[in-house]
Amino acid sequence: MQDSGLSFFKPNAQTRKMLHLAQEGISAGFPSPADDFKELRISIDQEVVKNEEATFYARVSGQSMQGAGLDDGDLLVIDRSQEPQDKAIAVCFVDGEFTVKRLKVEKDCVYLMPENPRYQPIKVTEDNQLQIWGVVTYVVKKV
Amino acid sequence: MFALVDCNNFYASCERVFQPQYEGQPIVILSNNDGCVIARSNEAKALGIPMGAPAFQYKDQFQRQNIRVFSSNYALYGDMSHRVMKVLERYTPNVEIYSIDEAFLQFKGFELFDLEAECQQMKRQVKQWTGIPVSVGLAPSKALAKIANKIAKKFADRTQGVYCINNEEKRVKALKWTAIGDVWGIGRQHKLRLELMGVQTAYDFVLLPDDWVKKNMSILGLRLKKDLLGLPFIQLEESIPPKKSIATTRSFEGTVCQWSDLEERVATFAVSCAEKLRKQQSTCSALYVFVRSDPHKKGVKPYRSSCTITLPHASNSSLDLSKYAVAAAKSMFRKGVAFKKAGVIVMGLAPAETRQLTLFESHVGKHKALMQAIDKIHRRYGPYQMKLANQDLRRTWKMRQEHLSKRYTTALSDIIKVK
Repeated sequence: MQDSGLSFFKPNAQTRKMLHLAQEGISAGFPSPADDFKELRISIDQEVVKNEEATFYARVSGQSMQGAGLDDGDLLVIDRSQEPQDKAIAVCFVDGEFTVKRLKVEKDCVYLMPENPRYQPIKVTEDNQLQIWGVVTYVVKKV
Repeated sequence: MFALVDCNNFYASCERVFQPQYEGQPIVILSNNDGCVIARSNEAKALGIPMGAPAFQYKDQFQRQNIRVFSSNYALYGDMSHRVMKVLERYTPNVEIYSIDEAFLQFKGFELFDLEAECQQMKRQVKQWTGIPVSVGLAPSKALAKIANKIAKKFADRTQGVYCINNEEKRVKALKWTAIGDVWGIGRQHKLRLELMGVQTAYDFVLLPDDWVKKNMSILGLRLKKDLLGLPFIQLEESIPPKKSIATTRSFEGTVCQWSDLEERVATFAVSCAEKLRKQQSTCSALYVFVRSDPHKKGVKPYRSSCTITLPHASNSSLDLSKYAVAAAKSMFRKGVAFKKAGVIVMGLAPAETRQLTLFESHVGKHKALMQAIDKIHRRYGPYQMKLANQDLRRTWKMRQEHLSKRYTTALSDIIKVK
């Protein structure tokens, strides 16, 4: 190769030098003084949804939980990752339908407590089929 | 160690999460267009509903035995699948999503953990978080994990849905229990051949000499054998390879006798394939088009025909694909035949940027900008807003979905109601 008077340069594939790509382009002007302070805009989703995989939504139908601030038409955020505990508000499946009530756990049974004097508590014993579907963590309402 | 996590009767389980009253009840799910049974709950299996049962033939039985019928709700199944996979990813970074309801997990560096207990916990968490029941098979290789999963499912009471093959005794027992046709990766041809040789079980298979397996079943067969011996030869595939073929096929609502109607359908299927190709940035080099009449219709000789066309250049343009697909359909159209189904399958997929040009091609991405514009319009204003002239403008996808459940997790208008 030397003889021909030509020398060849080959790219060195062994080493890699990573360079930043200035995608926004570089312009010679005064940079925005806010650039260093950029933050993400507030997202309600981020606040309300803790575990995306376990989050479901439901619509309230009726007034049985009015006292707890759950009105007809409100949107409920349900987090199934939370363990249902005494006093939690939960969506339950009992006697063939979904219902939202406050749990009251006793020694040998569970009560589904409404928060409206016009409704009766539902006593769940071993005979009824109760499925605690998920714990309600937020309620979204239109004002 | 590898784990295979498989959702139990996945489609039926998805429906039950939002309609728990069907827990313990027989359920079947029908294919697109409510054609045939594609999924069954255990109760429906026990009642003898076979996979692929044509819905219209079993209508009476469904009614008589109180079997709840669902149209397939892929919006729901897709979202629930995603949720399950996300929970699994909390347990190990090495996850291969194998299908909508199955995933392989690899546990590296978990030697000090009790993996069986870990998997029990994972199973419980998936069930609590998503409502979907799963079974887990644990083993030193993927092929064995698959078998372990079958055992976990089959003997759910004893295994609590998790089974681990972690010693020689269990491995040999599992292989002897597994019929050769049930081994992962053994297709029908190999099954017949092996059975003729007296190979009945997975155990018989691993006794075959390496040379024979490699010669007759290629390196893939040999890898499978090693895998079954407990030596992990089949690796986890974490990135999903682009699909090797894409199809759009439909049974028609009624029957189609006119050429113009068949043309419209085939063109629409081709356009749909082209859109799917562009979505994954692929092109195709061949088209397979088929048409057929109703095979269940009595007194009429069934007609079916198919045709493969090699494109002069790889393409993903709706114009190209529909042109060739329609030409293929035209050659198969017969007067007097009542067509019931047609389909377009695109093959020979390659990444869009690496497509081979031909010497005389003057076609370098001729439709590219046009297709980009169409895709953009569809993304912004919804699908089917722009069509080719041989597609019917008034007609949209009319899929028969008489038993469709709601999109509980993907449409705010469809969420569950609670009293």
